[in-house]
Amino acid sequence: MAKLKGHGIAAVNYPTGMNLGGDPSQALIHATTTGSFVITLSSVDLGQGLKTVMAQIGAETLGVPVGTVWVDTADTDTGPHCMGTFASRGTHRIGNAIIMAAKEARSVMLDVAAEELEVDPADLLTDGKGNVHVKGSPEKSVAVINVALAAHFKYGKTISGRGIFMKPKSDVVPETGEMNPDSAQAHACTVAEVEVDDETGEVAVLKLTNAYEIGRAMNPAMAHQQIVGGAWMGMSHALYETTEPYYPDRAHGPLDFSEYLMPGPGDIAVMESAIIERPAANGPYGAKGIGEMTANSPIAAIANAIFDACGVRVDSMPITPEKVLRGLDALKNAAE
Amino acid sequence: MQDLEQIDTSFFSAEREAELDVVGTTVPRVDARAHVTGKTQFYEDVSFPGMLHLKMARSTRHHALLKKVDTSAAAKVPGFVRALTHKDVPNNWYTILRLIGVEPNDEPVLPEDRVLFAGEQIVAILAETAEAAGEAAAKVKIDYKDLPAVFDVEEALKPGTPAIKPHGKNHFVYEGHHCRRIRFGDVDKAFAQADHVIEHRYQSAPIEHAPTETTGCIVKPEGDGRFTIHSNTQACYFTLDNAALIVGLPFNKLRVKGGTVGGGFGGKVDVIVEPIAILAAMLTQRPVKYAYSREEEMQVSSPRAAERIYIKDGIMKDGRIIARKVTLYVDAGAYSRHSPYGTTKAAAHMPGPYSIPNVWVDAHCVYTNRTPSSAMRGFGVTIGDFALESQMDRIARLLKMDPIELRMLNAYRDGDMKAHRKKAEGCALVEVMQKAAEMTGRNLPERFRKMSSLNKEGV
Repeated sequence: MAKLKGHGIAAVNYPTGMNLGGDPSQALIHATTTGSFVITLSSVDLGQGLKTVMAQIGAETLGVPVGTVWVDTADTDTGPHCMGTFASRGTHRIGNAIIMAAKEARSVMLDVAAEELEVDPADLLTDGKGNVHVKGSPEKSVAVINVALAAHFKYGKTISGRGIFMKPKSDVVPETGEMNPDSAQAHACTVAEVEVDDETGEVAVLKLTNAYEIGRAMNPAMAHQQIVGGAWMGMSHALYETTEPYYPDRAHGPLDFSEYLMPGPGDIAVMESAIIERPAANGPYGAKGIGEMTANSPIAAIANAIFDACGVRVDSMPITPEKVLRGLDALKNAAE
Repeated sequence: MQDLEQIDTSFFSAEREAELDVVGTTVPRVDARAHVTGKTQFYEDVSFPGMLHLKMARSTRHHALLKKVDTSAAAKVPGFVRALTHKDVPNNWYTILRLIGVEPNDEPVLPEDRVLFAGEQIVAILAETAEAAGEAAAKVKIDYKDLPAVFDVEEALKPGTPAIKPHGKNHFVYEGHHCRRIRFGDVDKAFAQADHVIEHRYQSAPIEHAPTETTGCIVKPEGDGRFTIHSNTQACYFTLDNAALIVGLPFNKLRVKGGTVGGGFGGKVDVIVEPIAILAAMLTQRPVKYAYSREEEMQVSSPRAAERIYIKDGIMKDGRIIARKVTLYVDAGAYSRHSPYGTTKAAAHMPGPYSIPNVWVDAHCVYTNRTPSSAMRGFGVTIGDFALESQMDRIARLLKMDPIELRMLNAYRDGDMKAHRKKAEGCALVEVMQKAAEMTGRNLPERFRKMSSLNKEGV
């Protein structure tokens, strides 16, 4: 009748994108006469914050405030093609397409601003606050909204840009498995601290410490939210979840959340997470994908911590109290 | 918010660009306020006059011939509009990944003479209300003749086990091979030279995506002969292209309007609800809604595949892993969906983030009589990592080595050739372990503190 504590570690890598069939996404950008830019896509926001990150990347390249960039997306009549939101590809593929489109739009914006200010466009800078000004002379400036109005009403120009990113198809060599499926690898290490109740077999995850390398975090708080949410999913996969509890037998499949168990608020571990950055040469501002990988290292870290705590190695997921108790019984029987 | 913004810039500082303006800063999520105040529009928030509801009569058998399908009792339910069977589907056979050249078409939209899993949709019922559609679907009478079912991946591959698939095999065929292979170096030779050889078996069970919002769509016939599909798909064009091919319409007759999805996790990249709902809208010229119940989401929609993974390692006393042989089985269930691709991804991921000179992988995509599995967050990798990293812990204990130090010794570095013959770049496994060690107050010996993904120092 004891609560046994243990530590476990796991370290993983994860591919950004998976392109065996060829993997393109497009973006269009145009300036409106209201002082804003619209990024048009057909990509889907799953709640991870795609729209926010795409506006940040567009604003960075255009050199305008992020609050003046709108993302209009997920309509196949208005948005150009996107393969979809999966394989940790969104930030990388769509972000790169947006940079390409934004560079073209920015170039027109600076050309028009140069005409307005009667200078060479190469001498112009954006201040990120909604103005274009001459290098070294911030007082010689024109507001972005006035550039957009002049382009439309005075010069008959569209401030717009087209962007695409495509990773070409990679065929697999069937004999050896030689292939080039991804664009980058992100990394993570989790240290889990658990407590095993040797009477009930229940496992409490006390703490998860996570270190990630994801190229460059486009939005640090949202990247951390991915880590926290994914670590919760990892805990849940490790200890609770399955639609077929007696796999490969199909019986007793849960039908709702009262039968399909997941950690509740009282089960959540203390988490401490940090991000280090090694920018990917092919990523938008160095970004790699973090979307999928965050459940992975917590699972094995928890399994290894359980072994450290009580000497039971459970090789099958989920690690239920029944499996832990059966393992403890086997240890006891072997010792006797 | 302090903890949520912790970026340690002391690593790889020479490779980081100068500070950017807005990228790399915490901009508040643009839709957060709308989410928490209930103002975000999801696909179900649109509704049209005259909208019909679609519910499926589903298989109660794991593997059976369909002897007779009788909808006469269903048709008597007040509100019943019509039933759809495979005869109503113009191009009934498909496979989602045909868009990127994967063959063969192995799944019927609605089954013709047999069902391959319990829960498989058989007859679509359209009714004026969801309740009437559900009641009528329950009254569809189906006579089955049960066939032997196979549930275990290794049993499915044994000679003599009846083939459940039309192509005569219980596995996907990779360019003539029975599995996706990786061959790098010579594992058998290395096992003979190793100080220790260990082999263990790892297993997972199917896992549900458990999104807050279940999978669904609403299809509206427009006045110009086109159809607008309001969907929570994760991939608008994947849905559009597959659906158009199935219903036999030119691509430009369909318009997919997606939006904010209430949780995807890979569960909304299969194209299951949209084609039959479009067809129903074509045949009735009325808007049609097909949304999974929670029960359907849990037992009928594709889960994360169960995997069985055998890992055999050849290890030297000093901690170097010189050979890794992986035999991996992905339980695809009854149909391919995205599993042939996930199995290739699983093979490419081996032997994990380590430089091992001899690697052999056989990754099998196996068909069984269960709910088809498909993509889920970490597709092809999550279960592999459970197996790999459990195995690494075992090796550390066998050698009485520190588990971080064992991993650092074997970690892949820039310039290493991976088993699938792609040269490693942008590596940082060593550094995330150094950071995790620092965060947990573990003092690594100097040799390991000085290690880097940029070179082989200390290895």
